[in-house]
Amino acid sequence: MKNWLKLHRIILLIIAAGLVTAIVTLMRWDWLPNYYGDLLSGVWITLVILFFTCILGITLAIPLGLFQVTGPKPLAAACKLFCTLIRGTPLLLQLWLIYYGVGSLFPQIPWIRESLLWPYLREAWPYGVLALTMSFAGYEGEVMRGAFAGVPSGELEAARAYGMSRWTTLRRIWLPRALHRALPTLAGEVVLQLKSTPLVATITVVDLYAVISKIRQETYIVYEPMLLLALIYLCLTGILVVTFRYFENMIPTREA
Amino acid sequence: MAGSDKAGLEKAIEVIDLHKSFDSVEVLKGVSVTAHQGEVIAIIGGSGSGKSTMLRCINMLETPTKGTIKVHGEAIELKSDGKGGLKPANQDQIRRIRTRLAMVFQSFNLWQHMNLLENVIEVPVHVLGRSKAEAVEMADSLLHRVGLYEKRDTYPAFLSGGQQQRAAIARALAIEPEVMLFDEPTSALDPELIGEVLSVIGDLAKEGRTMLIVTHEMKFAQEVADRIIFLNDGIIEEQGDPKILFSAPKSEHLRRFISSIG
Ligand SMILES: Nc1ncnc2c1ncn2[C@@H]1O[C@H](COP(=O)(O)OP(=O)(O)OP(=O)(O)O)[C@@H](O)[C@H]1O
Ligand SMILES: [Mg+2]
Repeated sequence: MKNWLKLHRIILLIIAAGLVTAIVTLMRWDWLPNYYGDLLSGVWITLVILFFTCILGITLAIPLGLFQVTGPKPLAAACKLFCTLIRGTPLLLQLWLIYYGVGSLFPQIPWIRESLLWPYLREAWPYGVLALTMSFAGYEGEVMRGAFAGVPSGELEAARAYGMSRWTTLRRIWLPRALHRALPTLAGEVVLQLKSTPLVATITVVDLYAVISKIRQETYIVYEPMLLLALIYLCLTGILVVTFRYFENMIPTREA
Repeated sequence: MAGSDKAGLEKAIEVIDLHKSFDSVEVLKGVSVTAHQGEVIAIIGGSGSGKSTMLRCINMLETPTKGTIKVHGEAIELKSDGKGGLKPANQDQIRRIRTRLAMVFQSFNLWQHMNLLENVIEVPVHVLGRSKAEAVEMADSLLHRVGLYEKRDTYPAFLSGGQQQRAAIARALAIEPEVMLFDEPTSALDPELIGEVLSVIGDLAKEGRTMLIVTHEMKFAQEVADRIIFLNDGIIEEQGDPKILFSAPKSEHLRRFISSIG
């Protein structure tokens, strides 16, 4: 408690309080009540996209990383190629290639137009989710490759020596051990993924960023909506960081 | 079988004419050993003489190039790999046999993402299919026995090498092994921690467990072993009763090895 009351802290607090007061009193926030609903739905869409693309992405990343370590060679090379392509090209390009490229091919293929999925494929969000999922898979495939390779071989050998099958070893030892090693990196990557989600606004998905853009266009107010946007992303990042810290602390590690 | 009073008992492990090559280098050049039930065999020899390789061939962590391994009379099935060597013929059998042989490693190899209790119940629950409650009860008594009951919720990284190795021994005992294989269990330990591990292993030896122990602790080997095997350059150069072997070594290599170790 004592540490808290150091002089520079107090000064910083006063400056922060002043800033907040200035922002609240000197800037225009009267538009806010009109857009509560839109903002809430924007945050919701952003979070849903983040959640599903991370879950789907890591699900793909696990085999992408694993096969690079275990082989067989052609499969390892294919996984490596995928990760390199994803990591080597801009996400915006991938998104547009998928949306404007693949997305515009589909209507020309009769059996796709007749399929049950067609109503969804006519919308923009599946292409956004696909692009962001592949992107996350590409980056995390590389992270998981390192994590799998970094599990000490002695621990895997112990599993083998005690009669574990390859599958049990993967499920009980190798994968949890690799995920645990990768967790701090993954936490950072999820935060990066959060900040990649606004790109879906460029293909007409109405996420948080798109809502803010809409507000700016309708109200002609420039800075305040952007300030709010930054604040919301900051809060979401904070929540993610705290959540991951909780998971990391479930298994304590000792710094070597 | 000179000097062993266990010769009449059932054969727990039979190693018959074991050869092992890595690439073109022959590391084991025809080793035959029989461990009878309840027998404690210490394996000694210089670095690179093939001690670890021999132990690892017994539970098929390494596949022999030639030869036979029998566990309680059951030969591990091997088939030709088409390149003059052998390969496992029946993974199910190998896994089954591995659950009867417990290995203790030089570097402990505890699973770092599990606490001690989880390490000890892992194989009983997820390989042997025992109930968790049953496994926990047994694990607790084993951890008690190696003096680590209070540390059951601790993760390996927070323990000393001696504690980790004792936990690894508890993990080995949890499968109720027929044979225990120790590969230099104290070589990675600080000198002051060696004693606590050796005393646990010594107690196990007195219980009449079948054990093969690769070790550089000559005094310990003399105390606990029924028989000592001296490996040199991939062959058993000398073996026999500890007292006789150490006091009157026949081969020149063994004489030099004993004096080098002191
Ligand atoms: N996987 C492997 N690939 C190639 N060579 C190996 C392999 N494992 C062991 N060797 C070689 O086989 C020889 C015997 O090794 P081994 O580990 O059995 O010796 P050791 O008697 O246990 O020695 P130490 O006392 O140093 O542990 C060594 O020359 C080693 O380099
Ligand atoms: Mg060795």
